[in-house]
This record gives sequence, C-alpha cells and structure tokens, in this order.
Amino acid sequence: MSGALALAPAQAGPVIPDFGRGDECIRTNGNFCFNWFVDNFDERFLPRLGEHVKMTAIAIAIGFVIAFAAALLAHRHPRFELPFANLSSLFYTIPSIAFFQIMVPITGIGWTSIIIALVSYTLLILFRNILTGLREVPDEVKEAAEGMGLTRRQTLVRVELPLAVPAIMAGVRVATVTTISLATIAAFITPLGLGAPIFNAIQSGANTEFVAASLLAIALALLADAVIVLAQRAVSPWARARRRA
Amino acid sequence: MSPGTAAAEIVFDHVTKRYPGQERPAVDDLSLTIPAGEICVLIGPSGGGKTTAMKLVNRLIPLTDGDITIDGTSILDLDPVELRRGIGYVIQQIGLFPHMTIEANVATVPKLVGWDRGRTRARARELLDLVGLDPDEYAKRFPAQLSGGQRQRVGLARAMAADPPLMLMDEPFGAIDPITRERLQNDFLRLHREVRKTVIFVTHDIDEAIRMGDRIAILRQGGRLAQYDTPEAILAAPADEFVADFVGADRGLKRLGLRTLGEVPLLDEPAGRADHRPEATPETTLRDALSLMLTEGSNALVVRERDGHVRGYLTLDAVSRLLDAGAGRNGDASAGAREAAERGEAAR
Repeated sequence: MSGALALAPAQAGPVIPDFGRGDECIRTNGNFCFNWFVDNFDERFLPRLGEHVKMTAIAIAIGFVIAFAAALLAHRHPRFELPFANLSSLFYTIPSIAFFQIMVPITGIGWTSIIIALVSYTLLILFRNILTGLREVPDEVKEAAEGMGLTRRQTLVRVELPLAVPAIMAGVRVATVTTISLATIAAFITPLGLGAPIFNAIQSGANTEFVAASLLAIALALLADAVIVLAQRAVSPWARARRRA
Repeated sequence: MSPGTAAAEIVFDHVTKRYPGQERPAVDDLSLTIPAGEICVLIGPSGGGKTTAMKLVNRLIPLTDGDITIDGTSILDLDPVELRRGIGYVIQQIGLFPHMTIEANVATVPKLVGWDRGRTRARARELLDLVGLDPDEYAKRFPAQLSGGQRQRVGLARAMAADPPLMLMDEPFGAIDPITRERLQNDFLRLHREVRKTVIFVTHDIDEAIRMGDRIAILRQGGRLAQYDTPEAILAAPADEFVADFVGADRGLKRLGLRTLGEVPLLDEPAGRADHRPEATPETTLRDALSLMLTEGSNALVVRERDGHVRGYLTLDAVSRLLDAGAGRNGDASAGAREAAERGEAAR
C-alpha cells in the first residue's frame, strides 16, 4: 500500500476528476473513502470480484483434476512421481509476472493465458498433498482391506481416498489462497479480476481504489479458506473424533 | 444369518513358500490337516514362517509349491478376492477403517458381497452384541473413540460379519494389555463354542497357544513343522529338544493348567491332620490347586461343590501321579528328544 501512496502524484487538487460526489475525503485523496467505495462498489468492484472468483475457481478445478490424476498415477507407479514433481516445481519457480507475459504470444491476451499460468502454480502443492495423503494411509488399514477382499479399486475409492481427504483439503486451501493472491497479477496483461483496480490505482494514484481492491482480495482469500475448512470438516467428521473420557 | 452355519476343514498339502533371492524357504513342505471347527494355533520363533503360512491361506502371499484346500476346494481354483471375502481376517494392528463408524466397519464384507441394507445393519448390531459391545452405544462411534481392547472386539466382529467358515487371526491380542488380553481370550473361546468356526491363530506366546488351541502346530526356523498335536500331548511328550525348549521347563505345570479338579478322579479323605486343609471348587485348575497346597503348606486339599458338599480330596502325590499317567510313553524331554533325533536321522 505504501508503494501506491508513494506513486501518487505530488500536486494538490482532485487527481481523479469525476468520481461521484466529490466529498472532502476523495478530494484530498484519503487512504480509504468509505462513501466513495460504497457508491462505486457495484460498478467498479463487483464485476472484478466476480471475475476474480471465476478465474480462481477455474484454475483450482483444472489444477485439481490434473494434480489428482498425476497423484493417482504416482501412487500406483512411483516412478512417475519424480518427473511430475520436478515439472510442477519448475512451473512454481517461474516469476509470476514473467509467466503471464510469456503466455501472451502463445495463447493471446485473455482468459486462456491467465488460467494456464494460474493452473501451473497450483500443481505442485495439490500434487504433493494428494500423494502424501494417499501414502499416509496406515499399512494395517490397507492390509485389512486387502485381507477382507476389497479390490485395489475398492481400496482406493472406499479407504485410501476418504482417508486422504484432510491432506487433500489442506492442499486445496493453500492452493486457493495462493491463487487468489496471484490472480491479481493477471491484470498485468489484461484488466480482469481485482488486479484491474489495483493496477488502475497504481497508475492514477487513487488511494481508495487501491486499498478497496486489496482488501477485497484479502477478504476473498479468508472467506475461501474458511469455506474450505468447513467443507473438510463436513466430509471427514472422523478426523476430529477423539476418544471420549 | 444364524451364527455358526458351517466350519471348513483346512488341509495344508506339502506347502512350500520360497521368497525369490532367499536361500532358505520361509515355509518348508508343511503338511497338516485342521479339522472343521477347531482352533489351530501356529506358533514358533520369529523366522518360523507362522504368519507366512497363515497368509498363504487367503493368498495375501502366493505359495510356491503344494496346495491348500478348504473343504476340498483348492485355494488356487478361486479368485483371490472371492476367496478372501469368505475368510475372516483379524490382525494385531486391527486395521479398522478410521473414517467409518463402528457399524460401517463391521458391515464391510456384507456390503461387498451385496447384502441388503436391513440385513447388513441387523447383522452388524447382532455381532457387536456378540463381542460384548452395546450396539446402541457404540454403533455410531468412530474407531478413535474406542480403547484398544474395544477396537479388537470390533475387529473380531468385522471378521465374522459374513459368517465365514474359516478365520485367520494374526496375533490378534498381541498388542493388548495382559488383563484385557485374558478377558478377550476367554470371550473369544466362549464365542467360538457358540459359532464353531475353523480358526487359524498365529501367536508367539506359548501360554496363549495352550489356552486357545485345540491343536498347536510348532514351526521351527526355516518354516518346518516340529510338532502338530493337542496342547496336552505336546506338553506331555514334546517331539524333540527344540519343542521341549520352546514349551518351557514348566511344561508340567502348564499341563496341570489344562485340567480342572472337576475333570480328574478325586480321593476319599486321606489320613493326617484335617485342619488347615485349603479348599477349592471343581472349576479350579490342577495348577492352581497345586499352588494352593504349596502356599498353604498342606499336602492335601478339599474340593467342595458350590452347594457346600465335599466332592473329594486331592493330594500332592495324586497330582504327581496324574502328571505321570498323562505323559503317555515318556515324560523325559531329553529322552524324547533323542528318540526324535534318531527318527530324523533314520528318515534322512
């Protein structure tokens, strides 16, 4: 935030000429003008927020499908683990701004480029958590399953995957929060998501717009985190079951 | 759904298991027949192949040579998954599914083989009751909410759910504290009298083997059968020095532990001082009776029925005569061992 404040032009007077009611706060470019935020929410923030949720959701969904398939493969055939882990680590090391820029000549300016970049960043954490979750299923549980006559597929679906849910959901949490944060950078190539008002405010020096968009991104991340935790508890009640005294 | 539909006769026919890259087989030419409805204990030192031998039966480990039949059907003629669904399986670490309720755990195999919901549920509750867990209290709990002993009770219930004619039990009470273990052993024996399944029971604890087994198969290093007989016969006449060593120097006492005062001929009132004679019930084992006489410094003991009338008397002499009579040919382990060794040489 201080970066944006430093970028604000030095001259006095209304830097943003026509933002609704030019009240005292907005004329002096206050750090956060609540009235202005409320007046402009529907037009300036709500669509961006919607885009932000959408790109995060799509990226997590696609990333999950890829990581899940790769983790199942690596679980069955451990020789596939290292190649996929290395590949996803490599993606993870690419600077995000550079990644979005690299995609532009290949897939153009728009959703495709953004989604590909965001998906790439989710893979490492999702893959690792899903695979770890599957591998942490105790041997005796697997032996009991096999000894009772569950097929490999039944063991996977009825035993290993349900037991891996807490680890998988932990991965989804981290990946989601990271993606919400990273998605703001997507606006570097095209004005989509909450990054758009942030970049806009960096250009114009409008503090309220900058602060509001950032706070919305933070709130979205916290909300998503809470929703995932509650979902995890709902689907794996056993994980919190402890022996009663 | 009634308990104890059928038990199966199990035959090991020259069974050998050799792991690739290992010189000595894990199980070596094992042949034995387990009559339907009996508990057969496999025991031996580690490296004796007892767990391996057990896991050959449900094909968790594939056998190298020979055959195992269940009521005449070779296990090799069955699909491994189908085979396992027809065999109860209990392991030391229990391996309950932590994410399923107790009821769902018990219902695992009935669900796999397609029982309808009502029948599965009724069966799960019946079994919880049978193993001494109140279904109303425990059915909806998760395994983490139970003690170790309770969990193994659930493990037993789960293994019996689809009423298999054979159960494999791999040191089922090995990780449980001694007091709970004894209770579980007794409960299992009582249960077994009701449901009469054939049981293959692996343990490394000779006392447990003697208590649980209708027959005991003692395996030595390299997976070779050292002796296969009833506990009484093994204690009375160990086949060789290895077996004598394995069952322990106190095998005479262990034998006394197998019989109760109600099962042996008692004496009329012996001569001598009648005061300070300790008293015991017909349910007391000979071992406990002997201990009682030694502790009380008396050479005779009164056996009194619950209703108060005297059933008879036991003396120290009588105990030693009983040991002698039961020993069959020879109670001397080293002599027995020599004989066995000679027979072994002759066979070679």
